[in-house]
Amino acid sequence: MSNSYLGLGSPASAAGATGEGVSAPGYYLPQGLPVPLTGPNDLYEPYWQGARNEKLIVQRNPATGVYQWPPQWIAHDTQSFDLDWVEVAPQGLIYSWTRVWHPVHPALKDVGPYIIVIVELPHAGGIRMLGNLLGDPLQTVVIGTEVDAIFEHHDDAAAPFTLVQWRTMG
Amino acid sequence: MNDRSLRGKVAVAGVGETTYYRHSQAPEPEFMLCLKAILAACGDAGIDPRDIDGFASYSDDRNTPMALSAALGTHDLRFANMQWGGGGGGVAGALANASAAIVSGLADCVVVYRALAQGQFGRFGQGAQFPAVPGEYALALSYGPMAPAQFFAPKVTRFMHEHDVGQGALRAIAMTSYHHAQANPRAVMYGKPLTEEKYDESRWIAEPFHLYDCCMENDGAAAIILVSAERARDLKQTPTFILGAAMGAAPRASGSPTTIFATPDYPSSYFKPVAKRLYAMAQVGPQDVDVVQCYENFTGGVLMSLVEHGFFEPEEAMDFLRLENLIAPTGKLPLNTSGGNLAECYMHGLGLQIEAVRQVRGQSTSQVPDVNISLAVGGPMSPPVSTILYGSEASL
Repeated sequence: MSNSYLGLGSPASAAGATGEGVSAPGYYLPQGLPVPLTGPNDLYEPYWQGARNEKLIVQRNPATGVYQWPPQWIAHDTQSFDLDWVEVAPQGLIYSWTRVWHPVHPALKDVGPYIIVIVELPHAGGIRMLGNLLGDPLQTVVIGTEVDAIFEHHDDAAAPFTLVQWRTMG
Repeated sequence: MNDRSLRGKVAVAGVGETTYYRHSQAPEPEFMLCLKAILAACGDAGIDPRDIDGFASYSDDRNTPMALSAALGTHDLRFANMQWGGGGGGVAGALANASAAIVSGLADCVVVYRALAQGQFGRFGQGAQFPAVPGEYALALSYGPMAPAQFFAPKVTRFMHEHDVGQGALRAIAMTSYHHAQANPRAVMYGKPLTEEKYDESRWIAEPFHLYDCCMENDGAAAIILVSAERARDLKQTPTFILGAAMGAAPRASGSPTTIFATPDYPSSYFKPVAKRLYAMAQVGPQDVDVVQCYENFTGGVLMSLVEHGFFEPEEAMDFLRLENLIAPTGKLPLNTSGGNLAECYMHGLGLQIEAVRQVRGQSTSQVPDVNISLAVGGPMSPPVSTILYGSEASL
């Protein structure tokens, strides 16, 4: 479920070493993009820690069962500061997408198109997440397609982190 | 009907613009551009610049009321206001705030302004150049969306998917702006017409946006001076009255462009509740609107904004959004008659507001006959979004 899937047909694998970004096997996009900044007491820390452990962890109001994403300090439905972090199945449906052809970051300068997907999690109140759709960057993207999460570990980063990527199921 | 309304109480006394330049091409600093636009508006209105007693802007404009009032020799500074939010979402909101200040007696003569010199201060279309990012930024930037087109594209894709809207609708919006820019010597794209073939063959920026679906980036400045309706009637120009204004967003709309995907009502311009308030204050409906200036950092925003201002159902978009329906003087809903952000100048929508005023005055380079009701929309990418209706004396 992790980086061994990655590489084949990703924009990063085609990037070579000509750009400012560093192409590394196992990453969808080259290194050099902004990385997640988190730490103790950060609102997002449970999510990023979960991703390190290949778990998808999101916020839920224990009083009402209402999920919320991105995380907030307060529950939007009851204004309670008492919020749970719960594990949800790492899968969903493609809700929307774009294929980016005109990159704006130096690390992406020589990278071909790449796909951004918005994924809806129907089993978690329909919350949505953003990631890359793995595989051929020129693939046809169909809204409603089932996807599952791939945990992209960046163990070689100064502060190791894990991105949550998506691939079509089946 | 109570009197908590802007309707007919405030009017545009003057409008002013600098030359509009391609980005980074302005020969003068941004503050100088700002001063020149304000002075041009004073000249248009026949007002002594020192009599401006209020300053209102949006999108974190760098030219502060204190700097401007000190430079201009303002006699009596009474109002200084910033509308929260980035981009052009707040442009009509700034005009609403200025109007509210006049109606409430906080100020008598307020200038709304926006100035941009990207060579001096940096480009909008460039990505975040930080090694690490916190909070909601990491949910997006680490995956590659970094520029406005990339943040906004999936929202438009979802809207087009839900309502079966094709690329031709976006193309018609782009064609309309370029068509009108060919009659407007102020327009940066004056003399550079767009054809359907040229649009179709242009490169993708981020699907569904071709190059021509994206606004320019420009340098320049623009200003609008507002006074009470009574005072405007004694000034040089035929007054253009504020009929109504409104601002807002969808419930739980994301506060950051990086996470707009989380907004519950995602495929929306956020104008559903806002346009309702606008029409209620103005006491008109979409059927009364003679001409529309609709903010287009990207064409897809116009598509959604026009739907949510009630001009057509989303399923009718492919029929409605055709060049012949959108061009002055004969189209049934003339749109972006100066060339707008795509082809006149990207002054975060203040140029569109000035064009809405010109249409009421009868001074547009693509004039619609007998305009009484003129709509100008700000947004929809950066909430709070805002929208305003201008009217002629006859509309009151």
